[in-house]
Amino acid sequence: MSRVQFPTSIASRPVYGTLAPRPGKAHLMMADAEGAGALLDLASQDAGLMARAHILYIPRATGEAFAAGLRALNPAQLYIGPSFDAALPRLRRVLSDAHMGLQVYLAGTEGLMGRAAAEVAAAGIPYGAVQTEHRGSLARRMQCVHCKGITEDVTTDPFVCSHCGLNLFVRDHYSRRLAAFQGVCIDAEDPGNVPEPVELYK
Amino acid sequence: MTIQFNDETFRGDYSFRNSPWAIKRFPFPFHEDSYMYSVNMEQHRGGPAGSVFEKRFDVDEHYVSEMRDRALVLAEDPLRCQSLPHMTLAGWDLLELIMVSKSEDYPDLFELHRDGDRWRWVNKPLGIDDTFTFMDETTLPYGPLEYITRQTQGDFAVLDQRDDNLWMDAGMVTTQADWSLDFDIGMNFFEWHAPVPLAHELGIFKRALKFLMNVQQGAPARRLNWTMTVNPLLDTSPENYHKWGIQKTELTAENIGAKQHLRVELQTFYRLPRSNALVFPIRCYLIAFQDLVTVPKWGRRLHRVIRDLPEELATYKGFIANRPLMIDYLSRHDDGLPTSPGVWADLETEPPLQK
Ligand code: HEM
Repeated sequence: MSRVQFPTSIASRPVYGTLAPRPGKAHLMMADAEGAGALLDLASQDAGLMARAHILYIPRATGEAFAAGLRALNPAQLYIGPSFDAALPRLRRVLSDAHMGLQVYLAGTEGLMGRAAAEVAAAGIPYGAVQTEHRGSLARRMQCVHCKGITEDVTTDPFVCSHCGLNLFVRDHYSRRLAAFQGVCIDAEDPGNVPEPVELYK
Repeated sequence: MTIQFNDETFRGDYSFRNSPWAIKRFPFPFHEDSYMYSVNMEQHRGGPAGSVFEKRFDVDEHYVSEMRDRALVLAEDPLRCQSLPHMTLAGWDLLELIMVSKSEDYPDLFELHRDGDRWRWVNKPLGIDDTFTFMDETTLPYGPLEYITRQTQGDFAVLDQRDDNLWMDAGMVTTQADWSLDFDIGMNFFEWHAPVPLAHELGIFKRALKFLMNVQQGAPARRLNWTMTVNPLLDTSPENYHKWGIQKTELTAENIGAKQHLRVELQTFYRLPRSNALVFPIRCYLIAFQDLVTVPKWGRRLHRVIRDLPEELATYKGFIANRPLMIDYLSRHDDGLPTSPGVWADLETEPPLQK
């Protein structure tokens, strides 16, 4: 199991906790890859929770590793889908008739938690109803401040913008609305001088 | 006095210049020979006649050219002006505040004629004469925020106040010191200030937020902030940093006096009446080093401030690499004499340079 202690950072950078069961009539859970492990741990703390839970799960590279475990929890509804974008219409549909008191649990990569949290916020659900737990990849979702394109799953600093091709350094400044960190041109003052990419947090 | 509007550019050939009048009224930001972040806020109740603090929204010789530069930026990147859906009312509030203030403070330049909801706005310097229905967006060529801030110098952040915080939910940002509205929109006071070094630890933002949330209608406040810009480039945006960043490396001992500019922001804070939003105009003034040192007190003081500025601040403000060049140039305008307290030029009482 991969649990990470992120270094302390600036005030816009999200911090993640550990999922804990909360009282409520409805529970929406969304996870990707190793994030399923956090849902399994959550279920083990409160056997009754899953009967009122709707799980949306994106296995990504973990394939079938967690699918059987999630099914065995007998959630009220379980969706296993191929990508966040594929799951998005369903997530929005669920959020559109969410009632007061809905509890939201997000787990997995920063990209998934950030995008799901932005949808939850856009649906008018209070921030306090959302819990998050980081599991798995340290990859970041980055916005290029120059072309505005989003590059998913960035694991090195610097990296190449997948849209405009500029070499960008990875900032900790984070927008919850965009669910992305900011990438800024690294060689603007010395064109062509791009340091070797280093794996994030290494 | 009647203002002679300059025909000048803030890009390309950089024909921007300050007249002797503009140099004398420049908002020099240092009241002593050193600088550190502080909660430097005071009431915005005018100031000495002719100073940039006198009017609610200062109009100067750069007005027409600055508005032309803003239009160029917006044509290239409409995301520089954004407003989240709940901020339209605040946009009307701002439009009213500016139209009323400018027509009262500069009656020879701006006129506002109100007949119920039917308003006629005359902006003589920009050649605008529009009649519209207040609070009806369909009667203006842009939303109210964009309409009025295309006619007003300075950037504008419009803050929604809720949950004991301020939220940057709308803005017009084309003359910024390297921050992105598109990225920061929707953030709260602590989040958008996250990249600033030292000030969080000093408790400055906690105290500043408390002050701001208590700003009352009719009792605006103000503060100054400053940074450094090579060439009189208004649009030092992160969006275009890959284009303008290289200009920072073109500074030499020969050209620094003309190229290096002190960039000062007069930031004001107004409570808006209907929306209870707070508007934060950020007005940018630029001055070339060679013009600034014509005021002996300012030359002496700027040298001492830049020389002694904490490294974190020089790095954050983006001039750490050029600091040695700056100190070299400015030291030639510092004879070591004491300086009078306060920001004013004190030309009559401060001695000329003794070297
Ligand atoms: C509500 C109105 C305000 C807005 C919208 C605002 C916005 C900003 C923004 C966008 C930045 C740039 C941050 C970055 O690096 O990305 C900044 C910097 C800063 N702000 Fe504010 N601010 C406000 C009020 C204040 C107040 C009242 C203070 C009082 C102390 C303050 C102190 C600072 C300081 C010290 C910096 C660093 C500036 C530098 O070193 O050049 N701000 N502000």
